[in-house]
Amino acid sequence: MEILVCVKRVPDTAENEIEVNSDGTDIERDDLVYSVNEWDNYAVEEAIQIRDNVGGSVTVVAVGDEESEEVVRREMAMGADNGILVSDDAFEGSDGKGVATLLKAVVEKGQYDLILTGAQADEGAGQVGGMLAAMLGRPYASLVNKIEVVDDKKLKVGREIEGGNQEMSEIDLPCILSIQTGINEPRYVGIRGIRKVASVEIPVMGTGDLNVDAAAVGTAGAKVKRLDYFVPDLGDGAEMLEGSTDEIIEKLIEILKAKGGLK
Amino acid sequence: MEPVLIAPANATLLGIPGMFFALVIPIVGVCLFTYIIAQRSKPLVLAAPDERFNNIGARLINVFKIWLGQYRQPRYKTAGILHILIFAGFMILSIRSLSLVVIGISEGFVFPGLGGTLGVVYNLLKDYAATIVLAACIYAAWRRGVIKPERYKVPARYGKDHTAEAVFVLGLIATLMISESLFEASFVAAQKQQGVHAEFLAPLSLAWFFKNILLFASPGVLQTTHIASYFVHDLTFFFFLCFLPMGKHFHVITSLFNVFFMRTEKGNIKPVRYGTSEEQLDDLESFGVKKFNDFTWKHILDFYTCADCGRCSDQCPANAVKRPLSPRFISIKGRDYAFKHFPLRKGNGSEQEPLIGDIYEEDEIWSCTTCGACEQECPLGIEYIDKIVDLRRGMVDEGMVPQTLQKPLGAIEKRGNPWGKMEKKRADWTTAEGFADAYPVKIIGKKESAQTLYFVDSVSSFDDRMQSIAQATAKILSQAGVDFGILGKDERDSGHEVRRFGEEMLFMDLRDRNTDAILNSGVEQIVTSDPHAFNALRKDYQGLPPVEHISQVIVKNIKAGKLSLNGTETNGKVYTYHDPCYLGRHNGLYEDPRQAIDAIPGIKRVDMLKSRDRSFCCGGGGLMLFYEPEEEQRMGVLRVEMARQAGANVIVTACPFCLVNIEDAIKVSGLEGQMEAIDLAELVALHLPGEQQQDV
Amino acid sequence: MAEQVFAYITHKNGVADDSALELVAAAKSAFPDAAVTALVTGAGAALDKLCDQIAASYTEVWKFDNQALDYPNAEVIGPMLAGLLPGKAVVLLPHDTFGMDLGPGLSIKLDAAFVADAVGFEGLEATALKVVRQEYGGAVSTHVLCDLTNGAVINVRPGAFQPDESKAAGGQVVDKSGELGDLGAGRRYLETVAAEVGDVDITKEDVLVSIGRGIEDEDNIEIADDLAKAMGAVVSCSRPIVDAKWLEKSRQVGTSGQTVKPKVYLACGISGSFQHMGGLKGNPFIIAINKNPKAPIFQLADVGIVADILEFMPELTEKVEAL
Repeated sequence: MEILVCVKRVPDTAENEIEVNSDGTDIERDDLVYSVNEWDNYAVEEAIQIRDNVGGSVTVVAVGDEESEEVVRREMAMGADNGILVSDDAFEGSDGKGVATLLKAVVEKGQYDLILTGAQADEGAGQVGGMLAAMLGRPYASLVNKIEVVDDKKLKVGREIEGGNQEMSEIDLPCILSIQTGINEPRYVGIRGIRKVASVEIPVMGTGDLNVDAAAVGTAGAKVKRLDYFVPDLGDGAEMLEGSTDEIIEKLIEILKAKGGLK
Repeated sequence: MEPVLIAPANATLLGIPGMFFALVIPIVGVCLFTYIIAQRSKPLVLAAPDERFNNIGARLINVFKIWLGQYRQPRYKTAGILHILIFAGFMILSIRSLSLVVIGISEGFVFPGLGGTLGVVYNLLKDYAATIVLAACIYAAWRRGVIKPERYKVPARYGKDHTAEAVFVLGLIATLMISESLFEASFVAAQKQQGVHAEFLAPLSLAWFFKNILLFASPGVLQTTHIASYFVHDLTFFFFLCFLPMGKHFHVITSLFNVFFMRTEKGNIKPVRYGTSEEQLDDLESFGVKKFNDFTWKHILDFYTCADCGRCSDQCPANAVKRPLSPRFISIKGRDYAFKHFPLRKGNGSEQEPLIGDIYEEDEIWSCTTCGACEQECPLGIEYIDKIVDLRRGMVDEGMVPQTLQKPLGAIEKRGNPWGKMEKKRADWTTAEGFADAYPVKIIGKKESAQTLYFVDSVSSFDDRMQSIAQATAKILSQAGVDFGILGKDERDSGHEVRRFGEEMLFMDLRDRNTDAILNSGVEQIVTSDPHAFNALRKDYQGLPPVEHISQVIVKNIKAGKLSLNGTETNGKVYTYHDPCYLGRHNGLYEDPRQAIDAIPGIKRVDMLKSRDRSFCCGGGGLMLFYEPEEEQRMGVLRVEMARQAGANVIVTACPFCLVNIEDAIKVSGLEGQMEAIDLAELVALHLPGEQQQDV
Repeated sequence: MAEQVFAYITHKNGVADDSALELVAAAKSAFPDAAVTALVTGAGAALDKLCDQIAASYTEVWKFDNQALDYPNAEVIGPMLAGLLPGKAVVLLPHDTFGMDLGPGLSIKLDAAFVADAVGFEGLEATALKVVRQEYGGAVSTHVLCDLTNGAVINVRPGAFQPDESKAAGGQVVDKSGELGDLGAGRRYLETVAAEVGDVDITKEDVLVSIGRGIEDEDNIEIADDLAKAMGAVVSCSRPIVDAKWLEKSRQVGTSGQTVKPKVYLACGISGSFQHMGGLKGNPFIIAINKNPKAPIFQLADVGIVADILEFMPELTEKVEAL
């Protein structure tokens, strides 16, 4: 099974405090640490496990600036066979559709049976996978939390839906899947692992290497453009209870009684 | 003159002279023994290298103290005394045993030097020795077979019970004692019967009793007894010799070597591979122990040497809370693996599978807090911590790290602390209201310098509760007039647990960055309140200025008159000091913290039963805080109960992790209001002049 | 604005999802003068009844009745809609697991723009719509401009808009079942595996004591059990607690967990992410206790207390027991 996994370098939400910068144009990036998008990491682990089971290879591709190379390398340290970085000034500012367009061009340069993305990334949109699938005319399933290889023509996948239920479907290969966290337990990648792949060649693909319509990518091609970042006016919010702990508890008990919280 | 009794050398069995048997048995015995030892040596030869010929002086002292002196045996009184008696008996009887072997060939053999008076004294000694050994064996068998002490039990998951093997060997030893005594007694009885000068047998010794009984036997019985007991002894002796390397009594042979080769330093961790420098590490195919031959030869010798006494597991806190770890079985399973894969009949190590998933389980290896109680207890110098670390290195290399640990490791890599908090906030504890004005803390850098560095480490810098330890330490240093500062955002986690959890390269990264920061700061001295940092800076780092723990600084300054402490109010508080593993066992610092507490006038302090080098680990520090073990209860809960039993209602610790674990344990036990915990620095700081002694 | 606006209605067992009426409000907010057409897929008599109900709130209801549409499969519905919808249409979808599955691909097939997880609209600027979104797990908000020149697919966050119950539209139900082409797809629905039923059904409880990351340790869950017992309530939790395997999945409140409709909801040490709050329906009285005064939950709660739950909860339990 030839597998392509799309990964993204994002600010680590656990180890950062995300704040809007002083002029509202971006988030404050000075002290941020970055890592591979958590959902994408689950996807790479899943790809590696599938490859170890049925054979084939895993290729990791990232669309971003030069620094994005570090996440491609990290995923290769984890066990991916190949890595690709898609980077060019002309691609900066692409919206989700632009990124999907770039990825489509990458896909067309290879032969992939299965393409995985993470269910969502830092922007919380979860769109690239579905868009890529539609552009390629291949079936798609999102929020996948289980993959079973039936044969070389189809897979059985489980999707995480409301209520913690799992929607089971059969999907034809080649296809695209977006992966939900918790599908597996990703293996650890330590500094030693990364050093082992430190000198591996990761090809960079730019405008000259990919067959893309310049009008479809970059800021110019974006149909959805971000205007600013802001922190919403807090508005009313909750009535905050003040006073000593005893006083607060007294007030709280009154409220609970009134609202039927105590039986 | 006719001999009193025909000697074994001259007797005949089926027409063959006894001398022949007496020659053949030892030759076959020794040859078989040599072959067995050669087979047993195979894994040692194929094993990873180890460096055990340094510190010869210390090694010789260990041999005298721990091996010959049986120094650790009495820590378990009954078993200890029994073993010392059997061991001393063996030492004394060794000469007699050798003599007996030769006597079967050359009847009149006398061990050189033991001709005259010395010989008589020796004979008395050996008679009593044999008697005492037999008595000890009988009592030991009774203990094993009837009393069945807890620590000898074999939990179902580890296989069958070992009592049969133990009792069998005791039986062999008893046989040796009895047959040797019968051999002598039958001769002396014959002498007495024939009215010849009878040799003097130590009164009330085994031989003496046998002689008195045999006086009533016929000469024929005496003759048969004499010959039979000789050959029983000869056969048993060589059978026993060859049986030794087959089980837990291998320690009889290997103990001397194992103790000679045992670790001479505490608290340090072996390099990834002896003989491979740090620069060469990148070229290593594999890190850590994944297969059996990855262990060093000393570690495999450890497996052979395990006497199955169970003392390590009995002291192991992880075992006490029923985590899936029992140090004793790390050794026994390792030994059995060696026996199985390097069998006596043709074996060269066969196809070796990874150990994890075969004889060891992941959780088993992650459960260890590296407290060192096992190594402290083992009378044979068996080591565990380095093996656990090596196995963890192997798992990390394969990516087999529990999900709960991956996050803090990633956070340490990116942010220098396991919570992933921003570096620039590392010194925020110095700006706390009510503290900052009275005790400004210097941050060493371009603008400020200091003579002493206070290395805070991650937990005291970032944890809301533990920041008060950092503040208390600053107060103490300040009042003692120490010119100190902190590194602030340039300080990264000491990496103490990172290394002990097998992530060697991340540890090296932390160590190098911290070392650079420390050396660039120009400080001449380092102080810390965190025993894990203390141990790391002293043992894992190189080239640093001298490192002290805050308790040492407190005691030093009180003695020099630079610190004086207010008295405590009498309020029914009884304090007990809990020895942190990395201050106590691993660094030998037991007295300074106690002296620091006792320096508070009017304070009432008691010691728990398990204190000093028998202290019971609180649950572990560093990354261990993030690991979710399978356990029946927390180690801290057991420790709090121990404090209660000692009659204390305040537990003083000198380690932020101990404080975290014990405070949690107090809550979980439902003892809030009845038991409290406080850090040593906090306690001392409360009694500094000018500080208000609030309700502790 | 001349484009047609559509809203897809998600439903289960013949009952429309809350999002059905939320989308009415969302559409009004973005396109105040537009007539909105509801799109309803399904099979059988239940579908008819549903469409009649929906018709009260929408100008028109397009009904698609076909056995192949009995289970909402985005891979079937996507191409189907792409073939039927007029050009430059604006389609509103709920940003639930179905909408996430359908939206992006549909936008490509329609060659339209796509906006995911919209939480608000701030007006039309020529041919573009100003949409409010959140990023970084809700830590910051952002305005995006969505180009409507060729239409758009917009996923609206469930609960971001209050359901419009006015039912003032009184629309027609139009049966478009005859216009369906081939409904085959590369993905075929097999079955739904229900989440394991736990010991307790939190969806039936009136009062919930809910815990989040603030509980810090599995052993501390006891504190919540004690409080719940004293209050006559039941313990529920947010996703991290279940991921850590401290509580069963059946206790999880959230979009990927259970949907609950209590009268009173005590959120202890919960930050208030939308995935968690998305599991709270009805109009519960929310009391939030959190030691971080900036926690997003304080925007969503009725009453807030800044405190360490590990200390506050036991004290509260004591006082309640003393009543």
